Amino acid sequence: MKAKDIAELLDEPACEHNKKEKSGCAKPKPGATDGGCAFDGAQIALLPIADVAHIVHGPIACAGSSWDNRGTRSSGPTLYRIGMTTDLTEQDVIMGRGEKRLFHAIKQAIEEYQPPAVFVYNTCVPALMGDDVDAVCKAAGDRWGVPVVPIDAAGFYGTKNLGNRIAGDAMVRYVVGTREPDPVPVEAAARGVPVYDVNLVGEYNIAGEFWYVLPLLEELGIRVLCTLSGDARFREVQTMHRARVNMMVCSKAMINVARQLQERFGTPWFEGSFYGITDTSQALRDFARVIGDADLIARTEALITREETRIRAELEPWRARLAGKRVLLYTGGVKSWSVVSALQDLGMKVVATGTKKSTEEDKARIRELMGDDVKMLDEGSPRALLQTVHDYRADILIAGGRNMYTALKARIPFLDINQEREFGYAGYQGMLELVRQLALTLESPIWEAVRRPAPWDCRPQAERLDTCPAAASSANSALPTPLPAAVASSSRMAS
Amino acid sequence: MTTIIKRNKALSVSPLKTSQTVGAALAMLGVARAVPLMHGSQGCTAFAKVFFVRHFREPVPLQTTAMDQISSVMGADDNIVEALKTICEKSAPALIGLVTTGLAETQGADIQRAVKEFRVAYPQFAETAVVAVNSPDFSGSFESGFALAVRGLLQTLVVSKDAQPCRVGTRPRQVNVLCGGNLTPTDIEWVAESIEQFGLRPLLIPDLSGSLDGHLAEQSFSPVTTGGVSVDDIRTAADSIATLAIGESLFATADWLQEHTAVPAYHFGHLMGLDEVDRWLMCLSQLSGQPVPERFRRQRQQLQDAMLDTHFMIGFARIAIASDPDMLAGFCRLAQQMGAEVISAVAPARGAALESLVASGLPVRIGDLEDLEAEARERHAQLLLTNSHGVASAERLGIPILRIGFPQYDLVGGFQRGWFGYRNTAQTLFDLANLVLSNHHDIQPYHSIYRAAETLAAQELLV
Repeated sequence: MKAKDIAELLDEPACEHNKKEKSGCAKPKPGATDGGCAFDGAQIALLPIADVAHIVHGPIACAGSSWDNRGTRSSGPTLYRIGMTTDLTEQDVIMGRGEKRLFHAIKQAIEEYQPPAVFVYNTCVPALMGDDVDAVCKAAGDRWGVPVVPIDAAGFYGTKNLGNRIAGDAMVRYVVGTREPDPVPVEAAARGVPVYDVNLVGEYNIAGEFWYVLPLLEELGIRVLCTLSGDARFREVQTMHRARVNMMVCSKAMINVARQLQERFGTPWFEGSFYGITDTSQALRDFARVIGDADLIARTEALITREETRIRAELEPWRARLAGKRVLLYTGGVKSWSVVSALQDLGMKVVATGTKKSTEEDKARIRELMGDDVKMLDEGSPRALLQTVHDYRADILIAGGRNMYTALKARIPFLDINQEREFGYAGYQGMLELVRQLALTLESPIWEAVRRPAPWDCRPQAERLDTCPAAASSANSALPTPLPAAVASSSRMAS
Repeated sequence: MTTIIKRNKALSVSPLKTSQTVGAALAMLGVARAVPLMHGSQGCTAFAKVFFVRHFREPVPLQTTAMDQISSVMGADDNIVEALKTICEKSAPALIGLVTTGLAETQGADIQRAVKEFRVAYPQFAETAVVAVNSPDFSGSFESGFALAVRGLLQTLVVSKDAQPCRVGTRPRQVNVLCGGNLTPTDIEWVAESIEQFGLRPLLIPDLSGSLDGHLAEQSFSPVTTGGVSVDDIRTAADSIATLAIGESLFATADWLQEHTAVPAYHFGHLMGLDEVDRWLMCLSQLSGQPVPERFRRQRQQLQDAMLDTHFMIGFARIAIASDPDMLAGFCRLAQQMGAEVISAVAPARGAALESLVASGLPVRIGDLEDLEAEARERHAQLLLTNSHGVASAERLGIPILRIGFPQYDLVGGFQRGWFGYRNTAQTLFDLANLVLSNHHDIQPYHSIYRAAETLAAQELLV
């Protein structure tokens, strides 16, 4: 990919960030950087398309460390879970045999697995070698009559966010608009409910959580032509141009897709989330509002009333247990406010939230939701997180799996909110799973045990055994101020 | 003639291979207060980190030189210098293990020169040792990367006998142990404890049992490894009485160390099964001049008894195994010692252990899990031995799996399972036997045509 193309992708008029520093172009600092690369982002964005053969073109590291590593679920095909890579060798690199190997690899994937399409992810080494992946994909597609889509996403092009955009751009450029939607199945049409087609962009069906939402949409007659990309099929991505409205779910990452679909096909889009009762209802309302059918709007309100009444009753016993608990939420971008709403629905208090990847708009929403006294964390180093937990007397850290051990090693309750998790939190029903997981860690009896030092380490002058733990562990704390004291107070609140 | 069957496909499907870079980084994690630094794009490190965290369920220090588009084209040696400086400033580690990725090697990085530049530019960080290893992912695999890093540690930190008077045996109870990448923290603990039983002091290089054994430390957060062999201890490797290499991938390094320091090298495979553990204990007995402690006699008898009990299930069992060469060889030998039949042995890349397997008459294939699955299906395997990626294969084949090697992300505690020694071998045999039993297929019942009444009754019951 040329520098010009990367600059173009980074210049995203629909993104709030565009007005200031561009998220993809900040130079990472050697020796003090974490987070994924463009390939990581591209693969995450598209891998959930379940029936496609996803080939990673490069030496082993890119696919070898990452395949079969995501919580996304498919209701049918499982081809996406099979790792495929050209696994380039030193000879391939030296002799420039990458293109040839790729060509044969595509052939092998098509012959063995008969996929409806092949996606080829270009990575650092072949990008540096100068493999013409676009040309190979075109030649292979012509030769075998199967669409072969190049996704030029070498890691050194930039961040994960850029990779998301590269992936979205490839879909709009090569796939969307190449097929018309199927007619509505006879039995579904027979219900007599008018059908409206929509797309979801940035919904990944983590742990199958979108299956909590889809039945509600279908009850209203809203047909999801395609989710980009949870539980999607290639043939669905092809029809995305026919939607009446697009919803950007919980992520700005593929905002270029929504914008380009609007420019090219006039499809309006709105941004929303399925986390929490309030946001889920809002998303349903927004669909009805943009579609603009008065009957649909009325039916939507009826459904919302029914579902909210039901779920609030089911949540009631849990609310009592969780209300007032203090949360440090550290997660990227839009989730920084969408999850807040879910937690507030439960009567929990978010005392601080990560805003490293949030836009100004996101931040404004956070203030609106939580007031001005909320702490916004721009830095997510383990030290900063632990210090904030302490300073703001948080009972629990909610963050991505990467931070799980930061919390656990500091003996702090933790909830995984990112894509690797095993539990679905979306929709009304997802709230029940969320409260269960929150209570499970917050109320666990282990916290006292794991904070208790070995009895033989207690000073003999400590008369009462139960005064010993706090004294000993604060003396050993690595933090400037003793963390366990804060944790101890929070555990009292939990009990 | 039995040979190594080479890779013959353009596309690797369900890869078995873990990259050489990841292997090299893991070896560095076995050094105390260390940070591995990957020279490549930031994704290389992010992926490796997730990989380690999912396997060990531990926080893992790992940094990147963060090559971007400009430095990938124009040269990224400056990134190395800057990264080394930044890490020293922030964390003051005892060691930085600089390992290269395919990207850096394709570009043509000169890591040794970059380290020299760093030394000249920032003499204030002389306390921090830097070990630079070329470990691109387009060569070798996890195991070879780990071995390269062990070699790098010794080459950088151990002074040659030509540069100082020969020091062999100046620490008369110290034994060097080169621990291969397939040893689990519990294996390493067993190695150390068995050596201590003979009154010797093990110098484990590297020592993952100190850093990645899954312990809850008093300190809540550390930017460097929280255990492992210390850099200063590695420097004393020239003073030991012997070097014991565990895993064929490290034999050459042990031999090199012998040439370099005159400390004699001894070679061992995977310390599983009666023969290999016997050899290990006899060697320790000779080195220490002490008899083998009585407790080992008891444990040996327990293993013998387990072999008797389990040979009914394991004998003739058709087993398919896929792993890096050393571990593959260990399990193939154990299976053969029990009278099982290894019907498929797959390794992700070449390694010294494969040559010996082939020499013993077992064909070995360089391939992926798709190859393993195909061979297992064709030859009616009863049992699969490989990492967690093989679970899907086992499901499709309808046979049980015993998880071995890297990665094991679907099994809590899989990372620390011990295989070494008589006791752990006995447990492995029990597990293998139970897995075979769990999938036992009874003879299909034959329904007599003259028993119409009972058949009818049975059908009625079903309804």
